[in-house]
Amino acid sequence: MAELLLTKYLGQPGREAIDAYLATGGYQAATRALTELAPEGIVEMVEASGLRGRGGAGFPTGRKWKLTPKREGEVRYLVVNADEGEPGTFKDRTLIEGDPHQILEGMLITAFANQVHQAYIYLRGEFFLGYERLRRALRDAYARGYAGKNILGTGFDLEIVIHRGAGAYICGEETALLESLEGRRGFPRLKPPYYPAIRGLYDLPTVLNNAETMAHIPHILRLGPDGYKAYGPPILYSVSGHVTRPGVKELPIGTPLSAIIFEHAGGVRQGRTVKAVFPGGSSSALLTAEHLETPADFEPLAKLGSMLGSSAIIVMDDTACIPAVIRRTVEFYRDESCGKCTPCREGTVWLSQILDRILHGTGRMEDLDLLDGIARNMTGTCFCPLGESVPPSLRASLTYFRDEYVHHVETGACGIAPAAVGGARA
Amino acid sequence: MARALSAGVLGEIGRLRGLYARSQSALLPALHAAQDEVGYLSEGAMQDVADALGLPLSEVTSVATFYSMFFTEPVGRHKIRVCTNLSCYLNGSEPVLDHLCRRLGIRPGETTPDGRVLVEVAECLSACDEAPVLLADADRHGRLTPAAVDELLGRLE
Repeated sequence: MAELLLTKYLGQPGREAIDAYLATGGYQAATRALTELAPEGIVEMVEASGLRGRGGAGFPTGRKWKLTPKREGEVRYLVVNADEGEPGTFKDRTLIEGDPHQILEGMLITAFANQVHQAYIYLRGEFFLGYERLRRALRDAYARGYAGKNILGTGFDLEIVIHRGAGAYICGEETALLESLEGRRGFPRLKPPYYPAIRGLYDLPTVLNNAETMAHIPHILRLGPDGYKAYGPPILYSVSGHVTRPGVKELPIGTPLSAIIFEHAGGVRQGRTVKAVFPGGSSSALLTAEHLETPADFEPLAKLGSMLGSSAIIVMDDTACIPAVIRRTVEFYRDESCGKCTPCREGTVWLSQILDRILHGTGRMEDLDLLDGIARNMTGTCFCPLGESVPPSLRASLTYFRDEYVHHVETGACGIAPAAVGGARA
Repeated sequence: MARALSAGVLGEIGRLRGLYARSQSALLPALHAAQDEVGYLSEGAMQDVADALGLPLSEVTSVATFYSMFFTEPVGRHKIRVCTNLSCYLNGSEPVLDHLCRRLGIRPGETTPDGRVLVEVAECLSACDEAPVLLADADRHGRLTPAAVDELLGRLE
């Protein structure tokens, strides 16, 4: 297997200490960037690498940087989204806890490339361990001159502040994140005009990137765009659910779902079969065992009406009751809806009420069309991606697993044997 | 009027304010600091935060009540947050949550009558590789079983 880039040192204890990071070549890419390269040249390299943002939307990182206006005398910000919360996604937390300097080094390079002097890491409030490790790493970075004033004697300044969230999934949406960073409720902003690159923090141009995206940057500088691409390019899949070896799997992008699930995540329990898969977190449309040869990449998954999203692969074996799984995801979005727009605020409540009724054995056959109709009415009408995340998996489940809904309505009971306590590893 | 927050925390809020171009940006960090000291966000604590950042109390209250990690009523000394999202659900979070609540005699969202433990349902804690997972205060516990829950409860004073 090819050498790992982002996850190579994750198992090493004490990795948040800067000496451990420096001992494996850490901060060499940033040093080269600040002392030998021009900011524009770094932007070109990142664009040539083909790196696409790892927060879920997959926007090309280099192009995003180019879209950020660099006007003389105007303040720009760098904001790193470490508010990971898409169900099934745990790659950012794993990187933050396991190799935080990699993210800080990526930030230093990104700040230099975009000539930014003030950066914020918006860290999910529940990441207590991640906060400790990141704080320790940042303290070391300041002490050794990789953050703060006159970095490496180059005259380049960068202040980095870790800003803890306080429990709100919506703040992972970039404009809601900025509202939260400005000390307000996490309500999303309207796009346009509030594209962060143009009108971000305090209405100023803001480079807003995901935490994993930052971790890719030092490797692009170190290997060059082509050398980096030779690794796949690499991507972190978070694999969980009914697999025997869940975890973060660093693999070339486009690895087929079947290889990820069976070769890298141990497959499902003995005697079980894969029934369904979320390929990109619970916001992505559910797929079935028929789709497992699909490459886990942006376009192939989009062709199936699903998406790569945050590349969180949640596997369900034949003990999973799909209507119950869908109810759990709908309840999540209902609870996390900020309430700003009606389709999301009301739609999620209606959907969960109907799913409750079906699962309690009092559903009606026309409820299936009702679910689909509400989901269709939410599609394209919600203010932000949170509400838009609900219809894909629900509608896919009505297509692929309609018989399970019908069984609940007709018999008032579930036809699936419940999963054993202890789950996949029992 | 007596302050709800100590001079130390008020000083910390002053420091936090200096990290941002606009003082309201320090609101979430300030509320974290206030809650860490008082145990919850009492009206007095929120008033002190409002005064320290030059904000109306209504704005501070509005923000505090939006975020699930802030409490505007007294809650348990220990906070247990059980993830029940997909990967945890698929790996048996419901029996774990049921067992925990039964042992404590409370429902999710409630604090034990002695004020020791609050149990909450958490959304995905981004630790699906360790499902089912919970956070007991700042510590994450994974691959939970009812027996592991018993052991954990025995260690919380």
